[in-house]
This record gives sequence, C-alpha cells and structure tokens, in this order.
Amino acid sequence: MRAILALFLFFAAPLMAEEVVLGLSKKNVSITANFDGSEILIFGAVKRETPIIEDPPLDVVIAVSGPLQPLTVRRKEKRFGIWVNTESVEIDAAPSFYAVATSAPFREALTDVEDLRHKVSIPRAIRSVGAPYNVQDSAAFTRAVIRIRTENGNYQLRENAVSLDQQTLFRTSIDLPANLTEGDYETRIFLTREGQVVSKFETVIGVRKVGLERWLYTLSRQQPLLYGLLSLFIAVTAGWGASTLFRILRQG
Amino acid sequence: MQIYLPIAEVSVNAFLLLGLGGIVGILSGMFGVGGGFLITPLLFFVGIPPAVAVATSATQIVASSVSGVLAHLKRRSVDLKMGLVLLAGGLVGAALGVLVFNYLKSLGQVDLLVKLCYVVFLGIIGTLMFIESVNAIRKSRRNAPVKRRNHNWIHGLPFKMRFRVSGLYISVIPPLLVGLSVGVLAAIMGVGGGFIMVPAMIYLLSMPTKVVIGTSLFQIIFVTAFTTLLHATTNYTVDIALAVLLLIGGVIGAQFGTRIGTLLNAEQLRILLSLMVIVVCGNLALGLLLQPDELFSIGAVGGH
Repeated sequence: MRAILALFLFFAAPLMAEEVVLGLSKKNVSITANFDGSEILIFGAVKRETPIIEDPPLDVVIAVSGPLQPLTVRRKEKRFGIWVNTESVEIDAAPSFYAVATSAPFREALTDVEDLRHKVSIPRAIRSVGAPYNVQDSAAFTRAVIRIRTENGNYQLRENAVSLDQQTLFRTSIDLPANLTEGDYETRIFLTREGQVVSKFETVIGVRKVGLERWLYTLSRQQPLLYGLLSLFIAVTAGWGASTLFRILRQG
Repeated sequence: MQIYLPIAEVSVNAFLLLGLGGIVGILSGMFGVGGGFLITPLLFFVGIPPAVAVATSATQIVASSVSGVLAHLKRRSVDLKMGLVLLAGGLVGAALGVLVFNYLKSLGQVDLLVKLCYVVFLGIIGTLMFIESVNAIRKSRRNAPVKRRNHNWIHGLPFKMRFRVSGLYISVIPPLLVGLSVGVLAAIMGVGGGFIMVPAMIYLLSMPTKVVIGTSLFQIIFVTAFTTLLHATTNYTVDIALAVLLLIGGVIGAQFGTRIGTLLNAEQLRILLSLMVIVVCGNLALGLLLQPDELFSIGAVGGH
C-alpha cells in the first residue's frame, strides 16, 4: 500500500499544480544618455491548490538571458616578438548578458540532466557547434568567453541569492551592467524539488535605447550617409563657433 | 556623470571625456598640431573600442582644423592650389586606407595594425623632434645659421605646376604622393596627419614655413571629413555623442593652449611635445611586447 502511494506521489508530483505568479520591478529597461546600469527586482509567489510538500524542499532557479549573438573569439600568441591575434573560433550563439540566481547551491537546485535539458548554467547557455580543424582546444575559447564576461559583470552566477520564504514567496535582484546591449532579455523561473524541474515560467524584459540614444543609433544604421554628414555639420559648426566666440570674447 | 555612448555602447564618465578633449586641445593649441595622434591612443586607454576611437577622432579633428584654418585664411597663409593637389592625393589615400582597415578588421588584426602604426610613427616622430629641438637649442646658443636645401631630386620630375602663394614651380607628383600617404594614415590611425605632412612639406616640397600649417590644416579638414563619412557608411563606428564631448573640451582647450604656448620658448615646447609623444609610444609598445593578462579577445563575427 505504502509503495503504491509512493509511486502515486512520484508520478503525481510533476503534474501537481505549483505555478509561479511573477512580479518584476520593471518590465522595460530604458537605455538613456545617462544610463549607468540598472537593478531589476524579480519577485513572486508559488500558487498551489494542494498543501505544501515540506520534503523535499522547493528551490527556485532564475535565469535572465540577453540577446544571443554570434562571436569570434581570438587568441594572442607571440610572433616576431609581439603579441598577435592568431587562432580564432566562432561561437554560434552566446548571450550578451546572462545571470543565474538560485535559492540553493546550483547543483543542489538543478541536476546536471535538467540543466542539459533546459540549458540553464552559463556554459550551457553558450552554443558552440564546432571549431575549425586547426584549433586543438576549442573549449578553451568558450571558457575564455565565460571568464572575460564574468569579470566585467556580464555573466553572473549567484548561488543562494534567491530568498525563499515558507516555500511560497521568493525574490532576488539582478544587476544589469552599464554596457548593456539592446534586445529582449528572456527571463526564466524554474521551481525545482531535488534538482528536478516541477514548474517553469517564462517572461521577457525589454531593454531598449530610448530618446536621443535610440534616434542616433537608428540613424547611424539606416541613414549612415546622413548620420556622417550630421557629424561633420556638428564638427564644423563647433569649430567655427568656438573660434568666433573666443574672438568676440577677446575683443569685448 | 556617466554617459552612455550610443554607438560605442559603453558607459563613460562625461567629465573624463571633456577633460581628455580639453587636454588634447591645450596641447594642440600650444604646439600647433591637430592632436589626433594623442586622442586616439588616449581613447584606447579609456576603454573605447579601437574602431570607434579611430573613426570618432577623425570627426574631432575636422572641428579643430576648421577652427584653425579660419585664422589662417584671414592671414592669407593658405596655399589653396597646393592644398587642392594634396587633397586629390589625400582622398585616394583615405579610400585605400579604409579598404585596408576593413580588410584587416575582418581578419581580426585591426587593433594590431592601428597600434603598430602608432608605435612606429610616434616613435620616429618623437625621436626626430627630440633630437632636432636639442640641436636647435645648442645651435641657438652658438648662434649658428640654419641651412636650408633649395634644390633636390624632386625638381627633376615632370608635370610641373606653379604654386604662387608658396612661390614654387614643381612637379605635382610629390605633393600627390605626400597627400596619398597622409590619407592612408588618416584612415588607419584616425589622425589628420599634420605631424607627418608638415615636415614633408617643409623638407620635401620646400614650401615656405608660413604657409605650411594653414595649407596642411586646409587639406586635413577635407581628408578627415571624407574619412568620417567612409567610416560612418561602411563601419557605422562614428559616435556623435563621443565626438561632441571631445570637441567641446577640445575647442575650449585649444584657446587656452594657444595662450600658454605664447608664454613658453619654442624649443622647450618642442622638447616637451617630443617627450610626451615618446611616452605615449612607449606605453603602446609595452602593450604589444609584454604578455597580456588575457590572451583571448571577443569580437563580433565578420568584423561588424
């Protein structure tokens, strides 16, 4: 009887309705002229129809991913006495920004198999199909991307950074750095028990250049000639204006 | 106050950029150089991507050259005919330079090329200036007369043309070549090239010193303007916000620099400038020679 009950619970568990009700401190991040990084508060509650299962305890994993971009990673080597870029590997898609926050140590909150399935951890979020035949250690190039971007705050792994109250209320904050790329930042929230995903919720945080930044960027891409002429006009006016202004000041 | 640069996509302190522009402006006012060869490496140190730094410096040089050439036009110390010949070579050179720049960018070697160009040219110019100004100080103490060659192999070339303002009757080939090589440098290094053109005009073309600076500024305006347009349309690397901050600092600094310059002795000024050029060069050279902390670098695919 007990075995049947355990079996029943085992199969019922993934179907059990534990759902995420999510709140974000902001749905959109605006990159303005004086943008200096931003902090997003991600908070929410677990909605359920049944009593809380105390054991195994609930864990929360939150992953925020910036737009995926193809990259070229280059390695320097000493040639003719100076350091020169030699080998390069193309990475098919790497997020411009990636942050993972968990309520427990990462491996406890999510098993390796589940990580592989949902591509949550930082190395799994980077997609690299293959390296050119002449590069022996292409993994070193992927590791370099993670190392460089972790150092400048673009990739973050923050274990135990999600606070979870009574297995119901959770919250964390994600620091967005100043050198943010525009795009849709896919935000995923996983509820896990014993490292198994029991529920998943997805939403999008929009990061956009606004106002003058938006206008200049669009102009430079869509009307490059006009943009170039505008730059020159500003430069010539400033040069002429300054010399005229100072001449007047000297005379006056 | 942090400011987010829309094209460079980095956030930089606005006062730092104003200050940089100001310092370079003061120096260019003091020494009568465009300052492009100083501002580009300084932008590298601040963390602006090299491609953006090169393209945007060209825009900034347009502003400072316009400001300078207006003063020279009033004094009638611009040889427009010579300027146009230099310009013809310069435009071709700038187009070639941007082609080389884009090709190397796709190979991932553009940073190396730009830095190597800087190390080589700053090293040569800095050392020559230093030696020349030390000699000049020695000579002025002994009151020795300074000789100037008037006739050399250049006068044997065909396609002669008369340049009235400069008082020259020479072949158009040397000025075209000078313009061409300066155009290539302008595109690759993001400089006006005045620091190379001025000696070339004096020593190779034997132009009178009083028209040299005005004429080189006249030519530089158009070459750097052309470079700006080429970079803006092919690489999308001209950052207006960055350019505006630099040139505000620059044009104000230049006015103060001109006054400081009049207070100092010309030879001492040149020694100071040459030492500064050597320091910038040494710093860039160390970056190429020493093992970098991070061997890997991330770039966009296809160089865009």
